[in-house]
Amino acid sequence: MSTIRTRMGDGYVVHLSPQELRDDLVAGSADAVKRGKVPPLEENEIDWLVDLFTNPSRIMGVEPGHEVILTKDGSVNTLYSAQLSSGVGLPLGREQAFRVFERAFCFDTMEIGHPDYSYKPVKPIVALEATGVEQALLTAVIPVFYGAMPNFGLYAQPDGPFPNPADLLPRGEIEAAREAQMQMAEACKADMLYVSRVMDQVGSDGINFDTTASTGDAEFLAVLETVEELAATTDLAIEVGMAAEFVLGFHGQLEYKGKRLAGMWPHQQVKVVEEAGAHLFGPAVNTNSRRSVPWNVARAVTIVKECSRVATIPVHANVGMGVGGVPMFEVPPADVLTRASAAMVEIGRVDGL
Amino acid sequence: MGTGDPYGMSISHALASGMGGIRTSGDLVARMQLRKKMRLPEAKKYVADKLHVGVEDLGDSTVMRNLRQELDIGVITAVPGARRGIEAKRNISELLDVGVPCLKRL
Repeated sequence: MSTIRTRMGDGYVVHLSPQELRDDLVAGSADAVKRGKVPPLEENEIDWLVDLFTNPSRIMGVEPGHEVILTKDGSVNTLYSAQLSSGVGLPLGREQAFRVFERAFCFDTMEIGHPDYSYKPVKPIVALEATGVEQALLTAVIPVFYGAMPNFGLYAQPDGPFPNPADLLPRGEIEAAREAQMQMAEACKADMLYVSRVMDQVGSDGINFDTTASTGDAEFLAVLETVEELAATTDLAIEVGMAAEFVLGFHGQLEYKGKRLAGMWPHQQVKVVEEAGAHLFGPAVNTNSRRSVPWNVARAVTIVKECSRVATIPVHANVGMGVGGVPMFEVPPADVLTRASAAMVEIGRVDGL
Repeated sequence: MGTGDPYGMSISHALASGMGGIRTSGDLVARMQLRKKMRLPEAKKYVADKLHVGVEDLGDSTVMRNLRQELDIGVITAVPGARRGIEAKRNISELLDVGVPCLKRL
């Protein structure tokens, strides 16, 4: 074999020599070590990845017996929604789409969510959302989650009532920006608790906080405090899925039980999520679209492997568009997606995806 | 998982790495993760022991299709008379000795 056909992080095909492939894998892992302060991959793990990407088969998979549990953020929107959810616009209701995921796609769990997919807009229509969950609970066998994003940005002006930290910070109004974030956190937490409690009342199996910490440490704190309260007072299984690999210090001084949130990597994030009482953790490792998929996959599994090693709760890694080594493209090519999938299980040692 | 068109994202991951849901025993193993925070090996062993099968059988549709019908815990094909939805979950709750929150509705 003279060259190996693989792809870049934007999805386009690239051909690598065997040495270039190995170099990319080693370099991707080394980048994870440097940035995330995690151990590198072992030589045999690099060899395994070389075999994975060198194999000319169109799709790859895990060994029989190594299969993992699937959870799905963004819910069934991908079937009936528009491009905003990579949706294919099928004329299906959410409850029908849920059954398609259960009986045709054979998912292990599934989620009901609103097309807007944020807790704030869900609050005034929570009765409609609960009705969707109830229908799924009555007719489906697989566990039913309700899911949405904290989406902190919706609480700042012009979309929300509070001063916008992104306007305050460039003006040097740091204390005002911090105060605004704490007000946003309280409002966000109230909305997440309100919606979650209704879902608990109707018997939902779980609640998902998707793209957690997308706006940094204050959003992360709001989710952790929400999780803590829900874990103590409801029957919900709680999943916390992250937005990115690294918690931004938009506030910069926030702690949860004595641990500074800004700058946390997945192996640190999972410990505070565990402490809050969550049941599942979803680490996200960003894809660099200017690097090859082998580079990105090696980097992602190096970071997630350490997260899986230290976790005491199940780890369901994010492997959607633009994370986990998957190309940043809304129609992901199955050749590299299935390789990222298998690598996350076999090397990342995750409990689910 | 995450965003992407259903064929490229959901179906591809399901084929590459997924347990197979009610086609096999994925929903049962998932329930142990959700209710008991079990890591995957522990959850699989727990379910395998309850079903009296090997861990390697849990992802085998040939084994699980008939076993699920025998246990009446929901099957992938539309079998007239088989337990559906919340009916099947009541049997799952008893089989796995694990809570299923929506059963409080009954």
